[in-house]
Amino acid sequence: MNWSWEVIWEYFPRLIDGVWLTLELVFLSGIIGIIVAVPLALMRTSKNLWISGVPWTYIYFFRGTPLLVQIFLVYYGAAQLSFVRDTVLWELFKEPYFCAVFAFSLNTAAYSAELIRGAIQSIPKGELEAADALGMSPSVKIRRIVLPRAFGIVIPAYGNELILMLKGSALASTITLLDLTGMARTIIARTYTPIEIFTAAGFLYLLMAAVILGIFRLVERRFNRYQVRN
Amino acid sequence: MFDLQGYGHLLWSGAWITIQLAVVSLFFGLIIGLMGAAAKLSSYRFLRWLATAYTTLVRGIPELLLVLTLYLGGSMLLMSIASNFGYDEYIEVGSFAAGVAALSIAFGAYSTEVFRAAMMAIPKGQWEAAYALGMPPTKTFYRVILPQMWKLALPGLGNLFQVLLKDTALVSVVGLNDLMRQAYVASGSTKEPFTFYLVAALIYLGMSAIATLIAAFLERAADPAANAGKTA
Repeated sequence: MNWSWEVIWEYFPRLIDGVWLTLELVFLSGIIGIIVAVPLALMRTSKNLWISGVPWTYIYFFRGTPLLVQIFLVYYGAAQLSFVRDTVLWELFKEPYFCAVFAFSLNTAAYSAELIRGAIQSIPKGELEAADALGMSPSVKIRRIVLPRAFGIVIPAYGNELILMLKGSALASTITLLDLTGMARTIIARTYTPIEIFTAAGFLYLLMAAVILGIFRLVERRFNRYQVRN
Repeated sequence: MFDLQGYGHLLWSGAWITIQLAVVSLFFGLIIGLMGAAAKLSSYRFLRWLATAYTTLVRGIPELLLVLTLYLGGSMLLMSIASNFGYDEYIEVGSFAAGVAALSIAFGAYSTEVFRAAMMAIPKGQWEAAYALGMPPTKTFYRVILPQMWKLALPGLGNLFQVLLKDTALVSVVGLNDLMRQAYVASGSTKEPFTFYLVAALIYLGMSAIATLIAAFLERAADPAANAGKTA
């Protein structure tokens, strides 16, 4: 086998284009995922079974089935539903970009909700009682005490979830998107040098993962700075 | 509730392939994980470095990329290795083999950490006691360490198997006729993709529920001390 550096060099700019789309997908889905996850997590901590049952079912479905099924369910499946195909919604669901962000967001929301729920439940009881003793209303308590504390606890675990999402975003290539994996597949279809191009793509993924982890170390230190002594 | 229009048996045959893929990959993944953990705890610096490089690389690379690389690049790699030994025929790597390779490499990287943590949790005195009794290290590992490690590693391995089960769907991308691929075929010819992907999703859920039950059973079986109190 002849290893060819030239092919990597020649197509590197295209791979970088793919990197941007991958980061865009991860970033957008991450933000939407958290927005969906917070209410889910709060509902999950409810003692009322009707309230905690809905997010339970949602989380069970999205964590128990492959991401690929979820993407295909959205991208191919939407066309079968008349309330999507025959309405203005179709303008959105016919776009692979929208479908990828939609599926990734719902998926990561399920995982993040479980993380946030775990964090909420690990907040020391005394802090919540102190909030009650100060006469905080439930909504103020959630906004000022529960969520900031939960975010501080959840950040290290959320970094791992983002890495998993970064890896999952490669599935966008199965619905024609030119993310890093999609770009690599297109290049390989033309040059037939799978080993060189996939190795280059793999290193770019590792680099992205390292950058994400590095950023999270910083955020973690800032969020939990009250814990730092001396 | 669902009209499968005669495609039900196709989905079941796909589900059977999915199960085979998951179980075979689990087998090789466990072996890789045990070797990885042994390497990480080895006294040879080179082995430790190698195992760390392996787990760091694999855990940062998408599983889909692994599957594609081994499927598209696998025959090239194998042929170039074989030609060094004077074998110049064409070697084809099928989608099942490439899938098993990719999934067990991924599973091995994660299970290395689980096994390493379990191994480190076994008190050193166990090794020393076996040594004092004159047991050779390999035998000590199989007879004394592994049975105790197993109990500690099982919960982690159970979670990893759930991930593995879901990752099998990726091998459909390189044409393996697993559950995912058959749902694709059926939805293409019936024009009812939503129905078939939803049914496929429910079958995956069912398989993961069964895997959870098996894991719980194994955990109970691996911990006779905890059971002893419950009988009576």
